[in-house]
Amino acid sequence: MSLTASVAVRRGAFRLDVELSVAGGEVVALLGPNGAGKSTLLAVLAGLLRPDEGRIELDGDLVVDTVARVHVPARDRHAGLVLQDYLLFPHMSALENVAFGPRARGVRRGAARDTAARLLDRMGLTEYANRRPRELSGGQQQRVALARALAVEPRLLLLDEPLAALDVGTRPAVRAGLRRHLEAYGGSTIVVTHDPLEALVLGERIIVLEHGQVVQEGPPEHVARHPRTDYVARLVGLNLLRGDASGLRARVGPDAEVVLAHDASGPVHVAFPPAAVTLSLREPAGSARNAWRGTVADVERHGDLVRVTVDGPVPLLADVTPLAVAELSLAPGVDVWAAVKATEITAYPA
Amino acid sequence: MRRASQSTKPRNTLPLPRRAGRPADMRVPPVLLLPAIVGLALLVLPMAGLALQAPWSRLPEILTSPEVVTALRLSIVTATTATVVCLAVGVPLAWLLARTSLPGRAVVRGLVTVPLVLPPVIGGVALLVTFGRNGVVGGWLHAAFGVSLPFTTVAVVMAQVFVAMPFLVVAVEGALRTADTRYDDVAATLGASRWTTFRRVTLPGVAPGVVAGAVLCWARALGEFGATVTFAGSFPGTTRTLPLAAYVAIGAGDTDGAIAISLIMIVVAVSVLVLLRDRWVGQA
Repeated sequence: MSLTASVAVRRGAFRLDVELSVAGGEVVALLGPNGAGKSTLLAVLAGLLRPDEGRIELDGDLVVDTVARVHVPARDRHAGLVLQDYLLFPHMSALENVAFGPRARGVRRGAARDTAARLLDRMGLTEYANRRPRELSGGQQQRVALARALAVEPRLLLLDEPLAALDVGTRPAVRAGLRRHLEAYGGSTIVVTHDPLEALVLGERIIVLEHGQVVQEGPPEHVARHPRTDYVARLVGLNLLRGDASGLRARVGPDAEVVLAHDASGPVHVAFPPAAVTLSLREPAGSARNAWRGTVADVERHGDLVRVTVDGPVPLLADVTPLAVAELSLAPGVDVWAAVKATEITAYPA
Repeated sequence: MRRASQSTKPRNTLPLPRRAGRPADMRVPPVLLLPAIVGLALLVLPMAGLALQAPWSRLPEILTSPEVVTALRLSIVTATTATVVCLAVGVPLAWLLARTSLPGRAVVRGLVTVPLVLPPVIGGVALLVTFGRNGVVGGWLHAAFGVSLPFTTVAVVMAQVFVAMPFLVVAVEGALRTADTRYDDVAATLGASRWTTFRRVTLPGVAPGVVAGAVLCWARALGEFGATVTFAGSFPGTTRTLPLAAYVAIGAGDTDGAIAISLIMIVVAVSVLVLLRDRWVGQA
């Protein structure tokens, strides 16, 4: 139950060029912005799209090799696919949907229905077995789609934005359920998402895809603490600056410097959480070693915090309280000082 | 000044938003109203005339006369057979047009729709020339099997298939084009062959389109006249369908008979419209 893939797809100006491997039983979260090529990659892995170049091995079986002209079609690849809008067959009951795969693979009707009933039971959907998809809630549809994919005992499970179609209120419960089911499945799984929380909760490893390239890969904590691109930093709530370090200082712009708590040298990524940033109207005189001038570009509420975007020599995000916003009259166009303690800043080699 | 300020405006910026529905001003200018009334009269008046002239008291008697019953039975049998034939070959043809990228697909689509605009009599001439005893196919059929198609019930069905199949193909192809092909993808990942996918996923998905196409196809086959009379002739019991019977009746001075048959056809036509109203006129 393992996957190794190296594929390239060209679509006009867009180029997807990815190498990845997933160990048996591993759950990998494929994180990336819209248009990064995540769904294209899934289609290639599922056998629905021929890559221009590439080689894919599934459990040691060669399923794609563009040089040797090998292309095992989707129906013989045993890769389960769950799409964002689930695409349950609308004219079939939940049970018939789940039994479809085994039936198509030649299992007798009775046995296929037994398999389907067992899977629906495991998903807690026994009483909904005879409902049509449109009579089910989003979360129930997702579980039916998962059961349908699992019914053919796939060697690889591919989930494309499995929670995106659900409303925010039901997402946490469905997400927790999905995590349990993925653990129980035990095969290799790839979950595509643009939601970092989903990636952090579901993925044992995160692969970040941007512009058709893998830009970062690693355990969730590592990706969160050491983001390599603006996109990752923004997603996991970290400010990310690129710079050149020597000693305790890193130059991050033509006239911007960051004071570090630890020695570093050469090209570095400098990261600090938005919550570590203090904003003030006058130059701060406290213990913070870093203070930069800037102009407020945007003020946006996030839960009980307010995220302020500051433009300047050091562009950054700051999380402050609504009270601070009121006291400092923070609004786009206001000039501010942003301060960060050196101890809040992590620098790691780029 | 004014001209200058106007020319600086972007071209497509209208002061009012585009909207659907009726204008607030309900007055209709006579130059539009009068032709509209004439147009409506041209469509409705003949049908009203038919209803006014109809021999209502003798209607049951006429409609149960052997000639009408025979023609009615023949019409229903041939139109239904033609529809079944169209379904059997038209749905796969529509699938081919909608879901594959065969070379020359645009040309094939054009050819399929030709009978929609071709005068049916010309279709009948074409069928006769091809399937007649001296025709390319007909000559061979006659020499090899002793079969002669023209002026048989089979010829009636062939004429109906020729004129009616485009309706089915166009309707089903349209449904297939708008259907979400990702369902087919999902079916493939579940191990279904293309045939299984077509049978269990694609076809049920476009069922409303197939039904609508079949109803239109049946109605067109039922009303077929030109190709039938040319290729199959007008023999009572074997090729004289309802429209042919109406034509023969009016030619023989039997106006009442012609009117009675016409009423049947109008009832069928209106029923088809009612059946399909959600698809075609529901937006009105």
